[in-house]
Amino acid sequence: MSSILFDVPGPRARARQRLYSVIASIGLAGLLALIGWRMYDTGQLAYDKWEPFVTPDYIVVLLLDGLLKTLQMAVLSIIFATVFGVIFGVGKLSEQGWLRWPCWAVVEFFRAVPLLLLIIFIFYSYGIGDGFGSYWSVVIGLTLYNGAVLAEVFRAGILAVPPGQAEAAYAIGMRKSQVMSIVLLPQAVKIMLPSIISQCVVALKDTSLGYAILAPGLTFVGKSIYTEFANQVPTAIVVAALYIVANLTLTGIATWVQRRYVGERKPLEVPMVGDAAAGGSQTGI
Amino acid sequence: MASIDDIVQDYGIVLRAFLLTIELFLVAGLASLVLGVLLAAARVGPIPVLAKAGTVYVAIFRNTPLLVVFIFVFIAMPRLGVNYPFFAKGCIALTVYTAAFVCEAFRSGINSVSLGQAEASRAVGLTFGQSMQHVVLPQALRAVVPPLASVMIALVKNTSIAAAFGLAEATSRMRFFTNNNADDRMLIFLTFAIGYVIIVELVSLGSHGLERRWRVAR
Repeated sequence: MSSILFDVPGPRARARQRLYSVIASIGLAGLLALIGWRMYDTGQLAYDKWEPFVTPDYIVVLLLDGLLKTLQMAVLSIIFATVFGVIFGVGKLSEQGWLRWPCWAVVEFFRAVPLLLLIIFIFYSYGIGDGFGSYWSVVIGLTLYNGAVLAEVFRAGILAVPPGQAEAAYAIGMRKSQVMSIVLLPQAVKIMLPSIISQCVVALKDTSLGYAILAPGLTFVGKSIYTEFANQVPTAIVVAALYIVANLTLTGIATWVQRRYVGERKPLEVPMVGDAAAGGSQTGI
Repeated sequence: MASIDDIVQDYGIVLRAFLLTIELFLVAGLASLVLGVLLAAARVGPIPVLAKAGTVYVAIFRNTPLLVVFIFVFIAMPRLGVNYPFFAKGCIALTVYTAAFVCEAFRSGINSVSLGQAEASRAVGLTFGQSMQHVVLPQALRAVVPPLASVMIALVKNTSIAAAFGLAEATSRMRFFTNNNADDRMLIFLTFAIGYVIIVELVSLGSHGLERRWRVAR
């Protein structure tokens, strides 16, 4: 095992590493034992605290009203966000200043504003009472935020297509809209797919924000379960586990797509917010 | 009925709310830098157990929504007899979540330094400490700045989740104003949104300053 930081260890280093491994293992085991003991001590491991998660009725509620609604919200908002992103991403590349600047301002604004602030504003202004309700407040908020991020992804993806492609297309007499829709966008999609899928992970995680306005989804179902059974700890563990499984599945798909369609090239660099020129990278946070 | 006039009148409330947002950001930002660097060290270090533990930590916290982390810290942990003041709990939740992303930023920074650099520094006779100090870390640190800035910008925005758990920071104050108000909701929203935009731009400017200051010919 050679790395940038250290050489292949010799016998003395190996002995030292074994010692550290043992110490670290004991430390980690101790930490886990402490958590387990605390849970046992406060009665969190009792059967009645976990009962809803082995009762078929509650499992159905958890999966249908919780996970399915959450996935639904994420999928809907990603679909809308893709449309939003294409429009504003292409708009940001326009040669017309009157089109480019408003698109730039909209994208920057929604990327810099906290999603929860946006969702709360949408809900209390348009969603509450006779409005469209908390479900759509979350979907619209997610659409605006993820759409702005995707606009940046699309712009970077289109710019990542080798310039010779557009030049060749212009040379055989295509118009600007044809160059974009026939030549650039199809090639850009291939480059962007992993970024788009990792944005899906972000959208899926952010559906949990509906908790603040009592929108349906996993966190809402979790809340009603722990108010009924007073089993906050097990519920939090189960909800987190469901999110982790869903996200790891999506990440797995992203890795597969990356390998299948993009190959070993560098992941797309998307500039961070408040940053028009210099490169940054997407973190999926 | 509140209106934009109330914000103008009670601008002290708005400023205090943003002060709390900034405090959350600074405390959680520093703490997550420390925890994130430790995690990154564990992940790239030679001890397999620690590397595995670091990987598991990052996988768990990168795939759990921050809101669920908040539920853990604010609602589940008190049931285990672990309870702290609200501000501390907010910082803990933000820190353990952000540290996973800080760790990844540092790890990718260290990995971006090519193997030949360390080999060359050993070939000219530098010790491990010297090669780290003069060759590896300076390059890694420069590569870390842009992704780390993105993480910190996300942290600024993520402090808003504390609003759902009873901390009176900016987002919770906006909810307070829009709750009572029927007319100027858009203006109130824009006031708070611009506050966030300013903080985000400051972080972004800071990272550009660092990049420029540390720029070297490569």
